[in-house]
Amino acid sequence: MTPIDANLGFKQSQLTEDGSQPLLEVHELKKYFPLQGGLFGRPRQHLKAVDGVSFSLNRGRTLGLVGESGCGKSTLGRAILYLQPPSAGQVRLRGQPLSSLSNAGLMAARRDMQIIFQDPYASLSPRRTVAQIIREPLDVHRIGNSAERRERVEELLTIVGMRQNSLNRYPHEFSGGQRQRIGIARALALNPKFIVADEPVSALDVSVQSQVLNLIDRLKAEQNIAFLFISHDLAVIQHVSDDVAVMYLGKIVEQASARDIYAHPQHPYTRALLSAIPVPDPRHKAQRIALTGDVPSPLNPPAGCPFHARCPVVTELCRTDVPQLKPGKGEATHFVACHLVE
Amino acid sequence: MIAMTAKARAKSSDILLSVRDLVVEFATDQGIVRAVDGVSFTIKAGETVGLVGESGCGKTVTGLAILGLIPSPPGRIVSGSIELQGQDLTQLSEPELRKIRGSEISMIFQEPMTALNPVFRIGSQMIDVLRRHQQLSKRQAHAAAIEMLAKVGIPDPAVRIEEYPHQLSGGMRQRVMIAMALSCGPKLLIADEPTTALDVTTQAQVIEQIIKLQSEFGMAMILITHDLGVVAETCRQAIVMYCGSVLENAPVTELFAHPRHPYTLGLLGSIPRLQADRQTKLPIISGMVPDLLHLPSGCRFADRCNKVMQQCRQQRPLLGALPDTSTKVACYDPH
Repeated sequence: MTPIDANLGFKQSQLTEDGSQPLLEVHELKKYFPLQGGLFGRPRQHLKAVDGVSFSLNRGRTLGLVGESGCGKSTLGRAILYLQPPSAGQVRLRGQPLSSLSNAGLMAARRDMQIIFQDPYASLSPRRTVAQIIREPLDVHRIGNSAERRERVEELLTIVGMRQNSLNRYPHEFSGGQRQRIGIARALALNPKFIVADEPVSALDVSVQSQVLNLIDRLKAEQNIAFLFISHDLAVIQHVSDDVAVMYLGKIVEQASARDIYAHPQHPYTRALLSAIPVPDPRHKAQRIALTGDVPSPLNPPAGCPFHARCPVVTELCRTDVPQLKPGKGEATHFVACHLVE
Repeated sequence: MIAMTAKARAKSSDILLSVRDLVVEFATDQGIVRAVDGVSFTIKAGETVGLVGESGCGKTVTGLAILGLIPSPPGRIVSGSIELQGQDLTQLSEPELRKIRGSEISMIFQEPMTALNPVFRIGSQMIDVLRRHQQLSKRQAHAAAIEMLAKVGIPDPAVRIEEYPHQLSGGMRQRVMIAMALSCGPKLLIADEPTTALDVTTQAQVIEQIIKLQSEFGMAMILITHDLGVVAETCRQAIVMYCGSVLENAPVTELFAHPRHPYTLGLLGSIPRLQADRQTKLPIISGMVPDLLHLPSGCRFADRCNKVMQQCRQQRPLLGALPDTSTKVACYDPH
């Protein structure tokens, strides 16, 4: 995973080290929400939810996207899938820019890109049976006949570890963890190459959370699916990810391999995040990096580095100049957006 | 001299709260649900106890029962006692309980936005609490409220006190809740998932603040949470609940070093931890929490336990002291 150099533009699709094409490339993606209220209903200002994010993702890899609420991580996931079309920037799936596709073309592309939602209660229709829910993508994309679809649904149910007698039951008869399995089965129905998993375990209890995390891990290995795994939980992110990107106020502030970012965090925000996690070991003495204040409103982002108002090592430069994502110390794939990292 | 003896007395008679065989039931369309089933524990003055468990284990209902806040109907305390310094709270009338709530025992909730009234300024809500329990003029209460807001780390308290809840961030709102809960100097604070809705950096700030204030005010705290990390960092004692009953009650250092109940062991194992080497597979607890309407007759954990024996399915193991330890565990074959 490498951030794509802005100067290179995006005329040519980037190639990975072994010469193959990345599955997914995201280049300078922006998602601004206009806020109404100006004269004649013209947007008075924009909320910059995602503000220039670039990365690429290879097959079978998991990129963990971590950040606090409101940092734009869910919006990024939706913008990549064109569920909320981005305001600027590009998304390429196997080199094909999604922006160049017609509605029909986009629909076809979605066979390869699916999403698992956070809330297993809100994301399943209460009026449909489990079989109907899991079969829906097959119906929409007109895949197979009725018998084949039924067979595929049964197969999917087995893959996610549920019993066949669940087929004709309704979502309310299942616990949160089981519902999340139903949502995963639905996402798998079309054999996608890429799945956005948006906080898939946040609503679950720990004993169930680990079951679902293991399932996702297995799918990645068995089906070679690439995941964008969005979470606020750094321990969960570490467990599932090959690479990690840390987001703050719509921008990626640090990205690296999971190993390197946890062993050698370089951005002050990443360090503070890591230090803030309560460790389930009473012998552990927490060495907190105290952050003051709250995340600034994305409506009114500070000038310069988005993190400068809370940064414990802020300098004059940080208040005026926006730091760009550039190679940090250590591994070549480690990128940091901080003036203090040289 | 008198202060000295009072202090000494506080030390020796250190049991503040004693919950015995508490049973709470709720009537539902499908039948009676026993949310809390024979829970007993004690809290010493000034002590922090973590009440841990997954959703539906009865930890919040236990907290609400202590405050006499079980909505009735459909809920009711069926049996058991809750003694605060010798006085059984389950026997008190609503007006008597109202005097205790907020002054002797306070509670803070998970979601500060729903716990605060959106149409009143923060100041007026705080002044309400203060004047209900203390003989204060409006002006005195106003000053006391500002002082409390400053204590919980709210910048510009004199300005903030005039604001409405929606004008504050989640972390600030939770601080306001804490300020309100502590404003009358309670002996016991029940904190129900106080930081679950907050981001991790804000959570760290709020927890630090709670610990600081707790030692400053010398109050005891019951911290209800599902987060074992938070328990390890803040609590002296931990009570692990499952399906309405206590499975293990131990000093935190013991609990994390030697979890005795298979459920505690499984729970600790299944947390993804930050560590140098990524585990390939997380250990799991198989199966899921049983339906409270159809609880197994023996041990509630039997169906998910890897050490289950015949005896476990026949009779529920009672919470008992484990020899040579300070741990109490409800298991026939503890680790």
